[in-house]
Amino acid sequence: MALPDLKRTATEARLAELTMPVGGCLAEARRAALSRVQTMGLPGRRDEYWKYTRPETLVQSTAPKAAVFVHDEAPIFENFDCLKIVFVDGVFDVEASDNLELEGVQIDRLSDLVAQDIHWAKDLYGVLEARGQDPVSRPLAALNTAFADDGVAIRVTGKPSKPINLIYNHNAEESDGMLHHIIRVESGAEATVLENGPAAARFNKCSEIDIADGGALHMICAQGRDHERRAATHLFARLGKDSVFKCFTLTVNGVLTRNETVVELLGDDAIVHVAGACVGDGDFHHDDTVFITHVGENCESRQVFKKVLRNGATGVFQGKILVKASAQKTDGYQISQALMLDDDSQFLAKPELEIYADDVACSHGSTSGAIDEEALFYLQSRGVPHKDATNLLTLAFLAEAVDEIGNPDIVETIVSRLESWLIRRL
Amino acid sequence: MLNINNLHVQLEDEDKQILKGVDLTVEAGKVHAIMGPNGSGKSTLSYVLSGKGGYVVTEGTASLDGQDLLDLEAEERAAAGLFLAFQYPVEIPGVGNMTFLRTAVNAQRKARGEDEMSAAEFLKEVRATAKSLKIDADMLKRPVNVGFSGGEKKRNEILQMAMLSPKMCILDETDSGLDVDAMKLVAEGVNALRDGKRGFLVITHYQRLLDHIKPDVVHIMANGRIIKSGGPELALEVENNGYADILAEVE
Repeated sequence: MALPDLKRTATEARLAELTMPVGGCLAEARRAALSRVQTMGLPGRRDEYWKYTRPETLVQSTAPKAAVFVHDEAPIFENFDCLKIVFVDGVFDVEASDNLELEGVQIDRLSDLVAQDIHWAKDLYGVLEARGQDPVSRPLAALNTAFADDGVAIRVTGKPSKPINLIYNHNAEESDGMLHHIIRVESGAEATVLENGPAAARFNKCSEIDIADGGALHMICAQGRDHERRAATHLFARLGKDSVFKCFTLTVNGVLTRNETVVELLGDDAIVHVAGACVGDGDFHHDDTVFITHVGENCESRQVFKKVLRNGATGVFQGKILVKASAQKTDGYQISQALMLDDDSQFLAKPELEIYADDVACSHGSTSGAIDEEALFYLQSRGVPHKDATNLLTLAFLAEAVDEIGNPDIVETIVSRLESWLIRRL
Repeated sequence: MLNINNLHVQLEDEDKQILKGVDLTVEAGKVHAIMGPNGSGKSTLSYVLSGKGGYVVTEGTASLDGQDLLDLEAEERAAAGLFLAFQYPVEIPGVGNMTFLRTAVNAQRKARGEDEMSAAEFLKEVRATAKSLKIDADMLKRPVNVGFSGGEKKRNEILQMAMLSPKMCILDETDSGLDVDAMKLVAEGVNALRDGKRGFLVITHYQRLLDHIKPDVVHIMANGRIIKSGGPELALEVENNGYADILAEVE
């Protein structure tokens, strides 16, 4: 079926501006991805899953300008001993990055895969993204697979002694970054990946994550305080038997953020926890679109999303749990909540449950509301000024999402940053 | 110390007058008790003094050590030395009890231009006070009042009172929902704070509490006003005869 004219024109215009990087072993996957984009067309306002978020600035040929934010504090994960991999406006910064050597893990740059034929990477690149295109199409992810200039290929074979920190710095006002990561966690292996930074004026990130039986991956991402940037991130994960995937994203400010997380619990007894906390002011627009499919038996999934909105900010949540007929004893939990600090903010939530197995426990809840006046008065009556009491209650609200991060040191870092940002009104 | 003069209060949303001319003076170091039938305005009085929203003062004044209370925000009244132990303390999920206490103590000290309490000092004092109120360390770590039993919530109020060291304490039906032992424990906690300078306003339905927290003056409040004041024997009179006679006297 041919694309409607508007979509076709927009898609062609965008594609005309892009050059496919030299493929090497990824060439075939890139061509297939391009074909997917041409078939689906880039997102438009009429697409069901773009109903609440206008995709024009993500689709247009050039990235809208974004002033570079002047940072007045150390990068968020500075105090953690990590293997740092730095990108500036989507380009690998070899000077700022550490040596890509760490016991228990193999790290290659995507651009290295041109010269070398790395089998595991070739077998994964674009595969999970393609799988994730059904039943909902995610054309920006396919665009990324086709045209991403760089990224990392991480293969975790053991338990590396430190986390891998992907740092995305933004340096140029009109930068348009596209990074594609592939991560494979082998049987019994475990790693932590930290990501932070705004990346570019416009950023398209696609991560494909394959966790083998008994493997575990923890990902914590802090998208930054930069307001003018736009970002569309996609994460596709496939979980084997007994595996664990925990993923948390913190966003503060941002004119446009669209985080898509697509997870398939293929093996039995797998666990996935996806969580997010965001705070936004004014023309802030934040969209979490999550799709978790249960295929294996006895799997557990959690979606915990908290948004704090003020001065007309908009928060969007589209979360789906699909339980296939084979997925008996599924435990699926979803909660999306917004704290509206005034009457102008908007929270648009679309929870979805589609269940075909008959022995499951699934719940979904969504609330939006103002600060509890009684709790506020209680704090004030003990001498806590109104503004501080509001911040305390705001932090308390976000705590449920932040607590999803297993590591207490990382939790403490995130909480203390949030605290200081709230005090300074971000 | 606490001076309430001809206080008239109505609800903000409805045209309903709740307090119809309350006159009350509580001197430093004294314990005054207020009893009265349900709906007489006892809780409203405590809310209005502490600065809760939803009420409009249409006439009269209230001051603490000469400072106009009604002109201050709730947090300013707390820093000025006022404390209200709530009848139904609210649960605050996600805010740790310790964090909350420390934030409150230091916020008040800051407002008064005093130095903040050091972490070590604070911890020491909290632990000692908690122990005397039989509040275990575990409860201190939990979120404020979340999952606390009625008795635990009331003891938590007294803990806050002890840590914040107010000049004037209003106890709004502190004994409601408490069994005999819990009530004794709370009373002990309150008595431990009677230092001859601190004033107390104890609102209660039951004479029983006043056996343990012996008042200097007992007031009977009905229909938005204090209609009778007397010594501790007034409470016994109410316990034995109810309010009917006293209400009849006024009419």
